[in-house]
Amino acid sequence: MSKLLWKDTVDSANSIAVHCKGLTKSYGSGSNQVHALCGVNLEVRTGELMMLVGPSGCGKTTLISVIAGVLERDGGECLVFGYDFKQMNSQEKTRYRGKNIGFVFQMFNLIPALTAAENVAVPLIINGVKRREAIDRAREILCRVGLSDRTNAVPAEMSGGQQQRVAIARAMLHNPKLIVCDEPTSALDHETGHKVMELLREVAVGVGRAFIVVTHDARIFEFADRIAKMDDGYIVSVESLRTDLSNKNNTNR
Amino acid sequence: MNFIAIKMLVGNRAKYIGIVVGLTFASLLITQQAAIFLGLMTRTFGFLTDTALPDIWVMDPKVQYIDDLKPLKETESLRVRSVEGVAWAVPLYKGLLKARLPNGTFQTCNVVGLDDETLIGGPPKMLEGQLANLRSSDAVIVDIVGANGKLARTLPDGSRVPMRIGDTMELNDHRAVVVGICRVQRTFQSQPVIYTTFSRATVFAPRERKLMSFVLTKAKPGQDIHALCQRIRETTGLAAYTREEFKALTVRYYMKYTGIPINFGTTVVLGFIVGVAIAGQTFYNFTLDNIRYFGTLKAMGASDFVLLRMILLQSATVGAIGYGLGVGTASALGLLTGSTELSFRLPWQLLLFSAVAVMLICAGSAALSMWKVVRLEPAIVFKN
Repeated sequence: MSKLLWKDTVDSANSIAVHCKGLTKSYGSGSNQVHALCGVNLEVRTGELMMLVGPSGCGKTTLISVIAGVLERDGGECLVFGYDFKQMNSQEKTRYRGKNIGFVFQMFNLIPALTAAENVAVPLIINGVKRREAIDRAREILCRVGLSDRTNAVPAEMSGGQQQRVAIARAMLHNPKLIVCDEPTSALDHETGHKVMELLREVAVGVGRAFIVVTHDARIFEFADRIAKMDDGYIVSVESLRTDLSNKNNTNR
Repeated sequence: MNFIAIKMLVGNRAKYIGIVVGLTFASLLITQQAAIFLGLMTRTFGFLTDTALPDIWVMDPKVQYIDDLKPLKETESLRVRSVEGVAWAVPLYKGLLKARLPNGTFQTCNVVGLDDETLIGGPPKMLEGQLANLRSSDAVIVDIVGANGKLARTLPDGSRVPMRIGDTMELNDHRAVVVGICRVQRTFQSQPVIYTTFSRATVFAPRERKLMSFVLTKAKPGQDIHALCQRIRETTGLAAYTREEFKALTVRYYMKYTGIPINFGTTVVLGFIVGVAIAGQTFYNFTLDNIRYFGTLKAMGASDFVLLRMILLQSATVGAIGYGLGVGTASALGLLTGSTELSFRLPWQLLLFSAVAVMLICAGSAALSMWKVVRLEPAIVFKN
């Protein structure tokens, strides 16, 4: 991939992982046009957990979709570890996502027919790792998230919290540099949501990896390093909860 | 990713079974109905298949198919014999006559009269007795299906006694004695087949000025059969066909002048539509059910090519299973009904035909699903 646009800060501790400037995105056209992002400026650093909060329809999901490269932006700038998705063709974009981005979804999106280990192994299999090896590595990471006894269970046999832990394991297994989470606790009760966030901080957040979590759930704000508030397609404020990021992240690693 | 595709497919059990059942029915309907059609068409020229010795069949030029009998003068066989290149030419009688059975009931039979001297045109397989026994007085040979079926006697207690050697019947008030039992191909009309000599057949048959149906002709070694047919036509003014040509003429008649192809063709098309409607629709719905997971895979880095391969694999899997079950069931039905009146013929070409039909159904439904997946925005994964 030869579209590295912004090399100087890449891969250094607490460097800029995601850089958005004047980011715009709208849906529909004419009188039906809805402006989801109206010039978003945001930076997410490696090693930090950034939470995107705001009312429904303010553009949070659109913003992480654009950052994760699953949605085309209309205008502005968006660089992820120095790479601009707009400069890539479809294949390059898919490959980049496969190697560098992990996803955690509100409804987990675990394939119902696959066991926990198989679900977790999917990103590795997509990246060309042999099935047996991928599943062995998936079992290891499932142990790390406390599901060593559920590796052969299918999603229907697991609780919501367990499924979300499987989803977190899946997002981490291929060691992506950016993990985007969409409402990871909204389908869970408070206690389970709290545990899931603890797990995220404990096993996932680390140097060289950035985390963006979209949430409505004020009860999990305490897990954020910074909170970006959105409204009507803008970032209205960015609040730092942990000043010494590198220390915090090292502690959590 | 292949194992993921297969697990996704079989994991959605209701849809998986629905697709397989749809394809099984489509495959079964297409194969079974087409096999019955082919069986029926084969029966139309069953007599020609049984009568393998002659190279050329000579008949009235107006004859359109094997049972379209337009008798010739017996002297025509002499004219045919005189054509250069003919090794031998013998008369053959073929006609429907009513047989009066010992219990007084009547049964229409297909009577075949063979050349008295050579008995050329006789049944392909004798089960009991010998063909030469036809030379004895009032002798006839009956086919086993007729003997066990329509010619069998019914006893007062309702049980049926097959016609056997030594039994008698009347053909046009003339006594006929069974001297042999043979096996022949089922005919289109499914009438019992009775073999006798030509001269005796003309006695059994109602009096007509002309009674010879065909002249069975053999070419001398080294003769070009088609050229000989042409010479016979030119010399005698009669129609002359090779066995294959006469078969084709017969099949063409049935295809053109009977509703059989339309009836069976309708069912075959119906089978195809059932396949498209049930299997195609269910497969598409299966893809829609899984669209979120395809989107998830796409977001996680699976290329369109990989996803298309997964869909094709799923489609090919249900296609192969449905086809196998359908063709297997059709074959089993064919075997089970082999000894009944039902005609059934399943050549490899028909297996290929139904395979192509099932493949088209699968390809069509897979194409729809692939179109959906290719156009899928991976951003769908964030929509709840």
